Amino acid sequence: MTQEPVLTARGLVKRYGRVTALDNCDFDLYPGEVLAVIGDNGAGKSSLIKAISGAVQIDAGEIRLEGKPISFRSPLEARDAGIETVYQTLALSPALSIVDNMFVGREIVKDGVLGRTFRMLDHKRMEAMAREKLSELGLMTIQNINQPVETLSGGQRQGVAVARAAAFGSKVVIMDEPTAALGVKESRRVLELIKGLKERGMPIVLISHNMPHVFEVADRIHVHRLGKRLCVIDPKSHSMNDAVAFMTGAKEPGEAEAA
Amino acid sequence: MTDDSANRGGQDYESSLAESDKSVASFARTHTPIETLQHVLHGNPTLVPVIVLIAATIIFGLVAGERFFSAFNLTLIMQQVSIIGILAAAQTLIILSAGIDLSVAAIMVLMAVIAGKLSVDLGVPAPISVLVALAGGAAAGLMNGLLVTKAKLPPFITTLGTWSIFYALNLWLSGAQSIRSSDIDESAPFLKFFGNVIEIGGARITFGVILMVLVFVALWYMLNKTAWGRHVYAVGDDKEAAELAGIRTDRMLISVYALAGLVCGIAAWASIGRVGSISPQAFYEGNLQSITAVVIGGISLFGGRGSILGALFGALIVGVFQSGLRLAGVDVLWQVFAIGWLIIIAVAIDQWIRKVSV
Ligand SMILES: Nc1ncnc2c1ncn2[C@@H]1O[C@H](COP(=O)(O)OP(=O)(O)OP(=O)(O)O)[C@@H](O)[C@H]1O
Ligand SMILES: [Mg+2]
Repeated sequence: MTQEPVLTARGLVKRYGRVTALDNCDFDLYPGEVLAVIGDNGAGKSSLIKAISGAVQIDAGEIRLEGKPISFRSPLEARDAGIETVYQTLALSPALSIVDNMFVGREIVKDGVLGRTFRMLDHKRMEAMAREKLSELGLMTIQNINQPVETLSGGQRQGVAVARAAAFGSKVVIMDEPTAALGVKESRRVLELIKGLKERGMPIVLISHNMPHVFEVADRIHVHRLGKRLCVIDPKSHSMNDAVAFMTGAKEPGEAEAA
Repeated sequence: MTDDSANRGGQDYESSLAESDKSVASFARTHTPIETLQHVLHGNPTLVPVIVLIAATIIFGLVAGERFFSAFNLTLIMQQVSIIGILAAAQTLIILSAGIDLSVAAIMVLMAVIAGKLSVDLGVPAPISVLVALAGGAAAGLMNGLLVTKAKLPPFITTLGTWSIFYALNLWLSGAQSIRSSDIDESAPFLKFFGNVIEIGGARITFGVILMVLVFVALWYMLNKTAWGRHVYAVGDDKEAAELAGIRTDRMLISVYALAGLVCGIAAWASIGRVGSISPQAFYEGNLQSITAVVIGGISLFGGRGSILGALFGALIVGVFQSGLRLAGVDVLWQVFAIGWLIIIAVAIDQWIRKVSV
């Protein structure tokens, strides 16, 4: 690949007390690609994306977005820079409505003096936009867009979080196990959504334990093991078995797979 | 599905999706009336205090008769709850953010003493003293907020500490002496602005009561119609999720504490009109009474749930019980007893509503 990566990380280290979640980890994401990140439970995949999205502060290492070094102190800063993340924990507020959750931190206020001076929210406009985004995801099985998120099923919640990221991501969309709780039909929608985003040129990081999903949508697969990138493999030249073998340590990557 | 990549590594399990049922999930399960009630209350947590308030007013009207159910007495109740009501509004902000503030009344009394000292003893123009009290209230709240967020102390401990600090400052500044009503009338009647009364028939509505209602309306608007308010709920509900979703939770909490402090400053001004004099020992139980009003108003102590209007109804419920029981000839000790049960029942109902099965 000759293009410059959109997002790179070199030598990331993250420790939680005595646990080293990231151990000199590298990472590259190229324009327009879907990069899958796979690895065992506890391998440090979520830690990696949290370091990128400003949710945790790294102890060492460097992250660059479009060549410029970045160090986000909060998820808000990453978001403002165009990186949108679906966290494994979803980061939804249970008591708030679907609309409120989708627009949290980027609410639309009314035009004119009501919005400018009294900061009144334009609920109608936010509702219409949220409805459109959820329909795209085929999530309109949700009857009432103003219902609190806590009244949704686990899969529906995941759908809301994915719709939120897809709707607002401008440079990179990161999804940490976005289909873990979804049914067959809903997973399919998310995969189609990922392909749709990719068609629009959006680079995507997809963390997943679901090999068929990974092999279906990924352009490259980043295999994460013991807190670092073990290798990057091409799904067209490797089988799911190879991937699982690297991931679990059953097989060591050779020359061809070296990152 | 003809895309072969979907089939790689296993059997196709998705081709039948095309014929899948497109209908929206529907719930065949029927709810018992109790479950339905639970659902309704879950969606409208203010319903309970409203019902209790109306029922209590009717019952005491029947028991104590005309003396209770007169325009004079009903507006008197509103006067009596106005100060605790405003403090409860401030308390609501903190409790919605999953905190608790034991210092609200201490901030209020301290600011009233400062305003009184400035104008009565030092001859500072009353409007300036009022501004100092408002700014001082906000600063005191800011201090609580900084301790909770930057020093990461639990709100309960923080405000337990600042309660003592503010109370001690108040005794020191006042020399434990009250400022007499007549002295205030003479040198700074503006401090008593909220004691002015509008009389309509037997009803006596003080400016302080109107202020209380305005404070609630303004905060209701902020909490429900602005992004700031939505963020208060989000932070109180799940702080970590709110942070990940892009809310600067510390800044948010600091603004909540500072605003609550400002509202305490407003209460300070109103309290001078209500009481007449300025006593450093006044409202010693005000901290806990404000929490009582919030809890009876159906606002969850765990944060993120409930409407601020509930606190207004909660304060009124307490006032109605006290007035009704007194007029029915019940000893004060049983009034306290009844309020105690109200608190416990309110929290029990909150717990029950939160267990709603979805
Ligand atoms: N907040 C935390 N405090 C302490 N240790 C943590 C914390 N978060 C993660 N860890 C540790 O860091 C390591 C990597 O965790 P991480 O969540 O990144 O794994 P993961 O690859 O996302 O796993 P999974 O597939 O289960 O989601 C684990 O050993 C975990 O125990
Ligand atoms: Mg994870």
